[in-house]
Order: sequence, then C-alpha cells, then structure tokens
Amino acid sequence: MGNQPRKVCENMSLLEAQGRPVPPEEPVRPQPLLIEPSKGWVALRLGDLWEYRELLYFLVWRDVKVRYKQTLLGASWAILQPFLMMVVFSFIFGTLVQVPTEGAIPYPIFTFVALLPWQFFANALSQSANSLVNSAALLRKVYFPRLAVPIASALAGLVDFGFAFLVLIGLMVYFQIVPTLAVLLLPLFLLLALVTVLGVGLWLSALNVQYRDVRYIVPFLVQIWMYASPVVYPSSLLDEPWRTLYGLNPMVGVIEGFRWALLGTSPPGAMIGVSTLVAMTLFISGLFYFRRMEQTFADAV
Amino acid sequence: MTSLAIRVENLAKEYHIGVARGDYATLRDRISHMLQAPFARFGAAGQARAAAEQFWALRDVSFEVQPGEVVGIVGRNGAGKSTLLKILSRITEPTRGRAAIYGRVGSLLEVGSGFHPELTGRENIYLNGAILGMRKAEIDRKFDEIVAFAEVERFLDTQVKFYSSGMYVRLAFAVAAHLEPEILIVDEVLAVGDAAFQKKCLNKMQDVGHEGRTVLFVSHNLPAVTRLCDRAILLRDGVVALDGSTHQVVGAYLNAGNGTSAERLWPDPATAPGGAVARLRAMRVRNEAGQVTDTFDIRQPVYLEMEYEVLQDGAVLLPHYWLENDEGVNIFSLHDVDPEWRQRPRPAGWYRSTAVIPGNLLAEGVIYVNPAIITLNPNVAQFDETYAVSFNVADAPAGADTARGDWTGKMYGVVRPLCQWQTEFKPTE
Repeated sequence: MGNQPRKVCENMSLLEAQGRPVPPEEPVRPQPLLIEPSKGWVALRLGDLWEYRELLYFLVWRDVKVRYKQTLLGASWAILQPFLMMVVFSFIFGTLVQVPTEGAIPYPIFTFVALLPWQFFANALSQSANSLVNSAALLRKVYFPRLAVPIASALAGLVDFGFAFLVLIGLMVYFQIVPTLAVLLLPLFLLLALVTVLGVGLWLSALNVQYRDVRYIVPFLVQIWMYASPVVYPSSLLDEPWRTLYGLNPMVGVIEGFRWALLGTSPPGAMIGVSTLVAMTLFISGLFYFRRMEQTFADAV
Repeated sequence: MTSLAIRVENLAKEYHIGVARGDYATLRDRISHMLQAPFARFGAAGQARAAAEQFWALRDVSFEVQPGEVVGIVGRNGAGKSTLLKILSRITEPTRGRAAIYGRVGSLLEVGSGFHPELTGRENIYLNGAILGMRKAEIDRKFDEIVAFAEVERFLDTQVKFYSSGMYVRLAFAVAAHLEPEILIVDEVLAVGDAAFQKKCLNKMQDVGHEGRTVLFVSHNLPAVTRLCDRAILLRDGVVALDGSTHQVVGAYLNAGNGTSAERLWPDPATAPGGAVARLRAMRVRNEAGQVTDTFDIRQPVYLEMEYEVLQDGAVLLPHYWLENDEGVNIFSLHDVDPEWRQRPRPAGWYRSTAVIPGNLLAEGVIYVNPAIITLNPNVAQFDETYAVSFNVADAPAGADTARGDWTGKMYGVVRPLCQWQTEFKPTE
C-alpha cells in the first residue's frame, strides 16, 4: 500500500510530460459509418452478417456446447429423442391404428425418416423463436448484426440432426434398405428444411420481442404443425391435386423428399416446387420483417 | 478540412415510456388498441396521453471529435449520456439527426454481458471476443496477454459460474481492453471491481489514449474523467450544456447553477438526499473569514459545513465527510467528534455541522467532498452524497511556510502536512 501513491504520481508526471496526445495524420476516410434513423423497409445488409461470420460460428458453438454440457446424457439426447418417439409412434400408429406405409416399408423406419427432419425443424424453430428474447442482455449492450442470433440458434440444431442421422444409418442396415441414387439430393431437402426454419424463426423471433405471446404460441404451433405434416402417415393418402396443394406446408415437401431420397417411395414431384416457393417466401419476407424491426430490439427487448 | 473521428449532428432520441420498457405489449393489447384507435384519434384525451408518454432522451446534440482525442461525457442520471453512447455504438437508432464515424468502433458498454456462465474462462474469452467484433486469429494472438491482464491463469478451464465477481469482471474487462478499435466507446465499466484493478484499467485506457486512439468515456467517476480526458462534454436534460476543457466542464457540472462548486443547496425536501431520520439540505466550503469559496491557499484552513434536517427525535447521528482527490484516491475521512453531541440522541430540527481541516495538510489539486450521515446502533446510512462539492487547493510559492520549504520541484503524496523538524549537530573533531 505504501508504494501505491508514489506510482500514481509517476504516472501523473508521465502525463504531464507527454501532454496532450498528438493525433496521427490520418486522412478522412471516404466512407464513414453513418448512423441515421432508418425509414420504412431497410436494406438487408447481408454483407454485415458476412463480416461477423466468425461470431455466427461462435454462437453456434456456444449453443451446442452449453446444451451438451448442462445435460446429464449430453449428446445422447439427440439420439434418444427421435428414437423413443419412433418406438411410441410405431406402437400407436403402426401396430394399434395400422396406418399404411408406402410399399413394403416397415413402419419404424418409415416414421423415423420423417422424424429426422421434423425433430430438427421443431427444435430449431423453438430455439430460434426465443433466441432474441433470451439474449436480451447482449442486445442492449453490444452491437452486432442481430440476424446472427436466430440464424445461429437454427444452425445449432444441425448438430443434433447429425447425431440422429447415425441412428438412421443403423436402422437402414437393420432393415436392409439400400437407398437409390436419389439419396444424393438429400442435402437439398435438408436445405429446404433449414430455409423453412429460418423463415418461420425470423418472423417469430422478431415478433417475440414485441409480443411475448409468441413464447406460448410456439410449442402449440409445433404440435399442430406435426400432425399437419406427414410424419406418422404418408401423404399418398391424398389424391391429386390435393397432394400438390398439401405442399403449401413446406415441411410436407421436406418429409416426402426425405422418404423418396432414403426409402425410394414415389417421387414428390410438383409438391416440392410448391413447398420450395412457400419456404422461400417465408424466408425472404422474414428477413425483411426482421431487419425492419431490428431498430427497436434494443429498446423493446 | 481537418480529419475527424466522430461527427454528431442534431442527434435526437425519443422514447415512448411504457412501451419501450417494462410492460410488454401483448397481442391482446395491440388488438384492443386497434379497435379503439379510430375513436381515440378524434378525442383530445388520446392526444394528451400520447404526449405524456413521449420522452426526449436527447435533443439536438451536436459535436465533433478529432482522432486521438479522449473526450469525457458527464452529466447527472437521465441526462442522456448512455443514450448517446448507445446510438454511437449502433445499439439503438436515433429518432432524428445523424452521426458519422470514421474508423473501427469498439464499444465497451457493460463488461461481461456476452459471457455464458456454463462455459469456461477460455471459451468465454473467444465467445466474448467474437461478440465484440474480434477475429479468431486476433484473439489467438492476444490470448496470453488477456489472461495475464485478468490474472485468471489458474482458473482458465473453470466454468465462469464458479468465478468470484471480481474475477468475472477482470476477465470481462481484459477481453474488452484488448480490442483494438480506432474509436473506443466506454460506459461506466469502472464502477465495478476492486480499487487496484480499477487503477489498472484506468492506466490501460490511458495507454489507449496515448496510442492516438479516440476515446469517448462516460463516467460518474469525476476524478477518472479529469485524469483521462483533455476535453469533456456536459449533458443536461438531453442537450449539450457545455463542451470544453475537462477542468471547466467538471467545474460546471459541480456548480449545478450556483456559480461555484463550493456550495450546493437542496431547497426541495422531496429531492434532497436523505433517509427516514436525516436529510441533507446544504453543503458549503468556507474559508477562515466565513466566505464561501472554491479556492484555497495550501496554508489556509478549510471549513466544511453541512446543513441537515433531523426528522425524528432520539437518534444518535454520525455526520462525516470523506475526501477524494482528482485521481480518485480516498484521502481521509472525518467523523464528527464534537463532544457536545457525541453519543447524544438528537431532537428533531435543523443542524449545521462544521469540520475544520487545518492549513498545510491537504496536497494541492482538486478535492471532492462527500458528505454523509449514518445513524448509530444499528448503523443505518441516511445519505452519502458523492461529489457534493469540490474545491481547489493551490500551492504556495517556494520559501513560504509550507511543507515544500525551499524546494521548487514536484512534491509527491496525497497529503502534504507541515511537520516539525529538529536537527542535532555535532561538529567534526
């Protein structure tokens, strides 16, 4: 303690000696950062998001790490959850209700192939819908492109999807099912699922900041949406043109796409086109709505 | 045209109270509002209500900052300081006006907001760095430096939820302090942490200023502002009340309209600082002649005088002052030892307690006075008014009757008591 004041004084004399810092000769930059009130619909500025891609990576990494750290079973949840649901559905819908599958496909794998993208969709959607509200402290204190928050939450769901996919491989070996060449298109159907999640997630996360009702709507929405998607039954129960119209629910396209690519059911055809269109519309409108509401997040969250 | 770091033009920010914070709108509110809206628009009552809910946190604020300047933003609570920084760091948008920023901005608005308690110290350094806008390669490069600065080497792989609050803050500041923006925006980060670490942070920020980086610094810590900033901006009710040298601005901030920093009055009992028993009503600094003044010769005694109301009979009070210098050092505390009132329950009424600091005790510089009262048994703080008043101690010339004696150079230390010296002499044989 005795030396401390002396040290301070040395610093002070240093300050006096140097005086006012000399500003370095720096030319005026041609493009300053402008801060202005934005009016109406604003530009997406996806370039900003690209600038912060490492943040996006770290946010995904954080979500994954925290989820597995806090739980006793860690990554096994990602495997157990769809597996147990498959067992339950197989018993109720396969054995008791005797829902038909397509061709001679055993019911467990028929439903598991649908549960795979469905679980990803359901988890990623609830995570991203609540993501902004959950990072309120951050939104009020630090600037970064806000889009990174719901997008990272959705992307983190892909890791669980990866684990569950291992179960699928096991099941395919067990039931001795060899996928057709269409399996090469599988990543595209996964992408469609991701675009759908992001579209709905962007809308809901931004709405959640304004209206906390969203938090209660999401679990309900996910539940209804599952029965509105062909998870436990085949969409071939419907005749054309209803089957194509059914594609207005983008998850229908995703699930039927997964079944076709992995199990060789009848190709989804026009339905995929409808689903893709709806997903893209949700996604692009979600981006614009999000960017428009973004300016109010820090004040409202 | 000279180079610029920041230009702020007519910046204004409006908040809608009640919607902005607190009670969240629900869809139901919104829907019922939409149904009422067509009728409310015609009613004068609707308009009055809308006006009452508006609040301008900033009104037409304009200023410019040159590269390398370290500018302090001071003002009482609610003056708009934090809103200004939030706009400049792009957290919230202005309602009107604009700002242009030339260079990479780093803002340090609250340390540790990006920390996740479940992650380890190491993991949080990367996460928080990324949130503040650092690249992974940049964090890799500075990693050891950050860890050393935060003094958390041993706990690097411990989850931060097990950290003490001190360690948490140190680590958070360390990450932020190693961000290398051209323009650094800092808000009240030094309100936390122990004194030694605060000092370290202040030094680190001083280095930042000397590297030619531009710093905007908001703080209630006036000594820190005085020490770090060459220039300061005083905000009052959302407008720039004064923009000038730190000394001048801090003076004006303390004056609060009295024309002197040596006197402050609380004429309205409702806003006067105080508790259930005692309320501060006036604080003055007087000289020997009884005049209120903010300038003292180092040899002069200083009379610190507080006036307060005692609202209830029967409490034993301990009026006291603590003095701080312009480096934030707590110089000493003065406790009321007046034998007449010591340990004696006081009847309700108006009191004036004066402490006399002898001449030749304080060192030269600005001294901030913090008057406080606690009631004893049990100890309950009634008020503790930080930086209520301040005064300046001016050195006397060498050769005068001071501790300096005939020395003309720098004197060290936070006090400068004139002590008695004795010399014994024995001639050489």
